[in-house]
Amino acid sequence: MNEIKFQERIDAEKKIEPKDWMPDAYRKHLIRQISQHAHSEIIGMQPEGNWITRAPSLRAKMILLAKVQDEAGHGLYLYSACETLGISREELVQQLHDGKAKYSSIFNYPTLSWADMGAVGWLVDGAAIVNQVSLQRTSYGPYSRGMVKICKEESFHQRQGYEIMAEMAKGTLEQKAMAQDALNRFWWPSIMMFGPQDSDSPRTGNAMKWKIKRQTNDDLRQDFINKTVGQAELIGLTIPDPDLKWNAERGHYDFGEMDWDEFWSVVNGNGPCNKQRLAHHKKAHDEGQWVRDAAKAYAKKQELVAN
Amino acid sequence: MMSSLFTYTLRIADSSLILGQRMSEWCSKGPTLEEDIAMSNISLDMFGQANGFYQYAAQLDGLKSADELAFRRNEREFFNHQLVEQENGNFGNTIVRNFLHDTFNFLFYTQLANSKDETLSALAHKSLKEVKYHLRHSSNWLVRLGDGTKESNAKTQVALNELWMYTDEIFEMDTLDTELFNKGIAVDNSALKSDWDAMINNTLAKAKLIRPEDEYMATGGKKGLHTEYLGFILSEMQYLQRAYPNAKW
Repeated sequence: MNEIKFQERIDAEKKIEPKDWMPDAYRKHLIRQISQHAHSEIIGMQPEGNWITRAPSLRAKMILLAKVQDEAGHGLYLYSACETLGISREELVQQLHDGKAKYSSIFNYPTLSWADMGAVGWLVDGAAIVNQVSLQRTSYGPYSRGMVKICKEESFHQRQGYEIMAEMAKGTLEQKAMAQDALNRFWWPSIMMFGPQDSDSPRTGNAMKWKIKRQTNDDLRQDFINKTVGQAELIGLTIPDPDLKWNAERGHYDFGEMDWDEFWSVVNGNGPCNKQRLAHHKKAHDEGQWVRDAAKAYAKKQELVAN
Repeated sequence: MMSSLFTYTLRIADSSLILGQRMSEWCSKGPTLEEDIAMSNISLDMFGQANGFYQYAAQLDGLKSADELAFRRNEREFFNHQLVEQENGNFGNTIVRNFLHDTFNFLFYTQLANSKDETLSALAHKSLKEVKYHLRHSSNWLVRLGDGTKESNAKTQVALNELWMYTDEIFEMDTLDTELFNKGIAVDNSALKSDWDAMINNTLAKAKLIRPEDEYMATGGKKGLHTEYLGFILSEMQYLQRAYPNAKW
């Protein structure tokens, strides 16, 4: 009975709120998806944080730091949205450390030059926006509202990245080479951010029925590619896919086969920086333990004084 | 020949930049997510302040841009306080370093806001708003850490003992300071000491920390003499500008 009413609500495009009844599987799906999203924001601070101290101008430094700070803020909203489903931030972080919760594989690739700050903003945030714009209409209220707020900031991030790429692409020969190299390294991992092809995506069915997801992985990926090809051409960079060409009949770009062995290998923990990213997060968390303990002990003392 | 006002402005900018750089090293390493955000925020404020003072210095100089001042000078040409170049260490080291410096900055900008130089006065007003928040942040944490657990008290006391030697030079007055002070432009740093002492003593008492004795006290920042840390900070920060001198970013 509950389940039927729940589905009617969803079908009528009404949001599900934290106190509403929801199927256990819906709750679980959301916790998995939102926490994965939150962890991605947090782990995603590392590859860009890698360049903050080396940013080449005062302006570049401030913009990059502000951007990474936004990501920490997004992580906060998303952890909070996830907590409305009855799980604590501590538990979520523990799941991340235990390897039970995942984060976007894109952050397991290293950022090797300043142009990578361009590529990450332009492509990685660009891909994230396509996904997040769609998620603004997701059926769970707190997630949907979080996405609206996040999307506003992400479009600034994408422009910031594109600006770095554009600037380097018209710069010295060395800068242009760095820009092309960054595009070469980040292109395929970026389009793999949309996840496996629909035919290999076991959870898509329920997620679509519950309107958690509004578009499939393949549709979102196609959207992103359609948008990005022209942007690359405009600044004179070449997308590293010989099969990429406009298909007038489909009204979409055709593109080459993704390396799914690499995709699954990185998802399963065997990418260039998987161990490093998780170790960094654990180390910061462990080193902060005494600080969190001190803050708790102090707050407790203050409570005693107040009573 | 560099003008006195140019050098004076550069000194302020350098301390802001180097502390901003240190604070930005915390990004993704904070003890909590909220604190990570707060430290990035402080870093951003420091870079903003540095940028303001460098822009003014560039305008006075007429030869170098703000970025050239930040990214193309060597260790011996940097005039920041040695205190701000000290390593982040653990969170307690950072809080103590910032607390000692924020207290100074609060008093310094309060006075500089009265400068007869309109630009310095305006920059001081703007910085003061931010520094008040920085001081509240570092003071609150100092009390939490000092009066938290035994471990946090011990760690924070060690940090205080180690950093104390860098608290003397911030009050120094050289001939350039005196010259500009006499013109109503600069702050009399030495006159800030008694207020600084009172504020420090007050917060240390709340934090149950013991004020260290003055023993060896470092000096030299104003003359471009630094600890060994500054060279590494600059080589990291200036890497791209130095490696690709003809590139625009």
